[in-house]
Amino acid sequence: MLRVLLIPFLALVTALALGALVMLLFGDDPILAYQGLTQGAFGSGRAWSTTIRKMIPFILTGLSVAVAFKAGLFNIGASGQFVMGSVFSVSIGIHFEGLPMIIHLPLAILFGMFGGMIWGAIPGLLKVTTGAHEVIVTIMLNYVAALFGGWTVYAGGTQGQTPGPLWDRTARAISETPDVLSSAQIPWIFGPPYRVHCGVFLALLAVGIIWWLIYKTTIGFEIRTVGQNAKAARYAGIRVERTVVLTMALAGGLAGLAGAIETLGLNHKFAPEFGGQVGFDGIIVALLGQTHPIGVVFASFLFGALDAGAAKMQFESGVAADIIQVIQALVLAFVAAPLIIKAIFRLRSKGEEDHASSLNTNWGGS
Amino acid sequence: MNTPVLEVQQISKFFPAVVANKDVNLKLQSGEILALLGENGAGKSTLMNIIYGLYQPSSGEILVRGKEVRIRSPHDAIGLGIGMVHQHFQLVPVMTVVENVMLGSESVRQGLLDRDMASQRVLDLSRDYQLEVDPCALVEDLPVGIQQRVEIIKALYRKAEILILDEPTAVLTPQEIEGLFEVMDLLRKQGKSIIFITHKLKEVLRIADRIAVLRQGELVGEVQPKEASETRLAAMMVGREVMLQVDKTDAKPGALILETHDLQAKNDLEETCLNQVNLNVHAGEIVGVAGVQGNGQTELVEVLTGLRPLEKGRIHIGGKDLTNATPRQITDQGGICHVPEDRHSFGMVTSYSVADNLVLNSYYQPPFVNGVMIQRESIEENAKSLIQKFDVRTPSAQTPVGSLSGGNQQKMIIAREISRPIQLMIAAQPTRGIDVGSIEFIHQQIVAKRDEGIAVLLVSSELDEIMALSDRIVVMYRGSIFGEVSSKDATRKKLGLLMAGVQPNSESIHESSH
Amino acid sequence: MSFWTRTARIAVGMVFLMLLMAILVEITPLGENLWMRVFFGISALNFTLRAAIPLVLGALSGILCERSGIINIGIEGMMLAGAFAGFVAKSSTNDWPLYLSLFFSVMVSLGVGGLMGLLHGTLSIRFRMDQIISGSVIIILAAGLSSYLYDRDAIAVGKFTTLPIPLLSEIPVIGPVLFNNPPITYLALMLVFVVHIAIFYTRWGLRTIAVGEHPRAADTEGINVNRLRYLNTMFSGMLAGLAGGYLVLEAVGQFQEGMTAGRGFISLAAMIFGNWTPFGALGAATLFGYTQALQNEFLMAGVTTIPRQFVSMLPYVVTIVAVSGLVGRVRPPAAIGKPYETEGGKS
Repeated sequence: MLRVLLIPFLALVTALALGALVMLLFGDDPILAYQGLTQGAFGSGRAWSTTIRKMIPFILTGLSVAVAFKAGLFNIGASGQFVMGSVFSVSIGIHFEGLPMIIHLPLAILFGMFGGMIWGAIPGLLKVTTGAHEVIVTIMLNYVAALFGGWTVYAGGTQGQTPGPLWDRTARAISETPDVLSSAQIPWIFGPPYRVHCGVFLALLAVGIIWWLIYKTTIGFEIRTVGQNAKAARYAGIRVERTVVLTMALAGGLAGLAGAIETLGLNHKFAPEFGGQVGFDGIIVALLGQTHPIGVVFASFLFGALDAGAAKMQFESGVAADIIQVIQALVLAFVAAPLIIKAIFRLRSKGEEDHASSLNTNWGGS
Repeated sequence: MNTPVLEVQQISKFFPAVVANKDVNLKLQSGEILALLGENGAGKSTLMNIIYGLYQPSSGEILVRGKEVRIRSPHDAIGLGIGMVHQHFQLVPVMTVVENVMLGSESVRQGLLDRDMASQRVLDLSRDYQLEVDPCALVEDLPVGIQQRVEIIKALYRKAEILILDEPTAVLTPQEIEGLFEVMDLLRKQGKSIIFITHKLKEVLRIADRIAVLRQGELVGEVQPKEASETRLAAMMVGREVMLQVDKTDAKPGALILETHDLQAKNDLEETCLNQVNLNVHAGEIVGVAGVQGNGQTELVEVLTGLRPLEKGRIHIGGKDLTNATPRQITDQGGICHVPEDRHSFGMVTSYSVADNLVLNSYYQPPFVNGVMIQRESIEENAKSLIQKFDVRTPSAQTPVGSLSGGNQQKMIIAREISRPIQLMIAAQPTRGIDVGSIEFIHQQIVAKRDEGIAVLLVSSELDEIMALSDRIVVMYRGSIFGEVSSKDATRKKLGLLMAGVQPNSESIHESSH
Repeated sequence: MSFWTRTARIAVGMVFLMLLMAILVEITPLGENLWMRVFFGISALNFTLRAAIPLVLGALSGILCERSGIINIGIEGMMLAGAFAGFVAKSSTNDWPLYLSLFFSVMVSLGVGGLMGLLHGTLSIRFRMDQIISGSVIIILAAGLSSYLYDRDAIAVGKFTTLPIPLLSEIPVIGPVLFNNPPITYLALMLVFVVHIAIFYTRWGLRTIAVGEHPRAADTEGINVNRLRYLNTMFSGMLAGLAGGYLVLEAVGQFQEGMTAGRGFISLAAMIFGNWTPFGALGAATLFGYTQALQNEFLMAGVTTIPRQFVSMLPYVVTIVAVSGLVGRVRPPAAIGKPYETEGGKS
């Protein structure tokens, strides 16, 4: 058990240390920076609430990627699924005035999940019917989703291009939707200035459901078996194609849920800038959490903290917040290749865990 | 006394978990064919890989023509005139014959590859040694027997004087094997020295000048073919008297369980691999499907178990039409079990525990499931009882199955398959790569099932296994059932001819003196 | 392995067709039709070439790496790193003679790209990291480092300008498009030929193919599989770095955060669509560049029937179609993605 925790912990520590080294190299003060970081993440009630608030999308996108990994699939499409979730949820959220919250809010959330599910199912379907590798397809769909989202709120161009269907007509030149109706907003736990919304509960609920699904049900057994050995799964009577599509749809749904929650709980509207980097972040969170739902929660907490502290760090120490991204890349590297950490710390290896995964079969087509 | 062209002294090779070779002493004289005999895992290939520079010995010396040498890589071995033809061909499918032969010893003109010169050399070699090949052919288009010629030419191209042939006959028909022996004879006459690795006793007696037997990494003894017999060699290989036959009573065939009509299917390359196959198996009989690998046996099993779609034809199991049913439907409604030919690829999930593997294809049925929830306790109990009953050696039911030995893995699979309520058992290559003790156990289990009234379809490329177990033997060739023989009338010669596509009656069969 | 693979034929055919149409549009009354001008005008062709160059270089980068058996989705990161490095080099040498400064900057792009390539190789080979994740690390690292180190006040002065080839650039239509280009563009087109000859006609190429298809076969003939893979990932990085250098030093002239904007991923698609061959990649890159050109032409011609975002989606959708094999089967190197272990064979 301890062994499982050791690698991620050492990965984090080493990444922070290397990050400090980089800062020193380029004339920044790492101590000041990390102080600012911790202050921004844990230094006050405001800080804590920011951390918790930022955790939510990480939990869900991390789950999304982790679930896909369990089936041996690589979901780099979390950001596209996130955007689709946002767009679908906001389209319900800004219409249907007069609907009671008990119907309006769940409807918007579910429709958002549905958008993400479609965006996840497409690469799944393509993979099982044509053999197209999901990495390329999901990356391409990310861009398509971003453009689609941009179109829905397009303010209209100077050459008479028509504005998008969800655009806020009162916003003049800004491309964004009107505010989400209050009946579709996720209620606060702590209102402004803390801004922690009930999406936290939804995220944790999702963690519980996924944990139960993956480890306690036959569906989870099938997903895991397909991920470990698809041929054996087929031999065992498992319908591999169906499992792949289902898993990708589930992963898409989780990322879509992330988008829906952010939109309905935090931003209360949709604009194209929301939700850029979630894709790769989800991958790092999933791997740091060892693709286990509980691990994902811890890893998300960490990422939420990093995200929350970044602005304060930049403010207090002048260190550009982008160094966080460098640290995240290092964390990913160390977590994905335990051999590096083992080499640095001279740990003895058990042998089996060090082999590359089977995620890259069927690269380029069947 | 002539200096041996190759000699190994006190060679040992230790891997972390196993001693592959221990204090092996061996001499190879110039112009002789030395057969290296041993079971799977006896250390033959390891020893040869050491000679070829793919492994480094843990201790010991190698002498070439009397001089001590260090062989650190295949490069060194090639430089010393040692060439190796591997059991699994080391050929790049998408490259041509010439390109494969050239690889690593490319001839270059003005910075670019000189394919023409290499082609010419290949043609010269193929003429001199009766190894006909087309230099421009793509290796992936060539049949297995021709691919092997390319492998031999590769060694000769690099001026090998010492040739190591690692299980060269595993994938050949008896007639192709004869062809290979003729080539070996020719090479011997031209002064080449050959080490010939095999576990097939009859071949060794046919072609070798001298026989060395390895068992569990050690040299057990050397024999002259004149003084040897199959029984004696088998005993040396295994260390105790081995039953080459399985004790069984005559079959009492009952109802027709498996009935197939005109099966036709395509393989992964979109070629027809099954053509008008009609095969029937009755309760209480073992039907053996013989044939060289690649003649449709694998696809036949896949079609019967729902892992491959049928183009034409019908399958009836126990009277039910299960044509193109899903694997699960076939298992449930047809009551069949499938011992797969490649347990590593799909017979089990190596990272799962023994317990989970034992319910791999029954996890969705009660008592292992309640609604959608998995019932851990039932799975554990099931595992305990099966492990005991089938003598699966494992530290615990939770141990990942990947750390078990091959024999125990296969026993686990057999345990899983035959402890279900079944009427038909399909066993494909059930004892491939397994120690002799486990082989005996598995054979006994198969016969026991037959005696209980189960219909058994046995697919194997080991003729000895087919002949020992089957009540009826069919031979597959080029995707069809080419011939059928009852076990009483079966001889290796007859089966060998059938396997090569020749009807025995149309050949004048010379009684050989072997 | 004939030159005239299916994709090479498509590539050359397409290019001929487009040039032919362009000539017709230029010379005949066909050019009076707005749509004809939009689709086949010289402006479209020029834009196509400019858009295709980084894709060609990126695809060549991918080919070198993947042919030897290492998946490379990090081209995007290597490109960005090369772009940023070239920018830093250029903006630090503004006081040098222009061409010296530019040449130096290109070298820096190549060097940094090569380093990123080596990093990818080291992570994948030495540390046996999953190659897709390794590529992801490269991407995030390049994005983070380039943003972190970017000095928004730095300015690069000057960029590569066109070098017309005497005589050839006078040919109507074809001349200005093909023979009046800046140096990296010429270099990129030449590299297509060079890489093609290298892969299919040299010793290095034969061994690379072997190592990517059946590394054990190569190993048994004494070829050092991993050393060749390291070499190839380094060259791969250099080509991707050159693509980044092109963006900064020839196309735009300045650096912008995230300026690669997905080109690295489209290069991957071009590589796959082109069946891992240089000329196939050229054809695919031209096709994708053409879709980007169309997007621009529609905008400039005031075509509003299709919302511009949907036109922008074209390259990505075409890529998905290509990868789904709806335009014929693609066949990656057989041993790609699996780390190679030497003393691992059994028996």
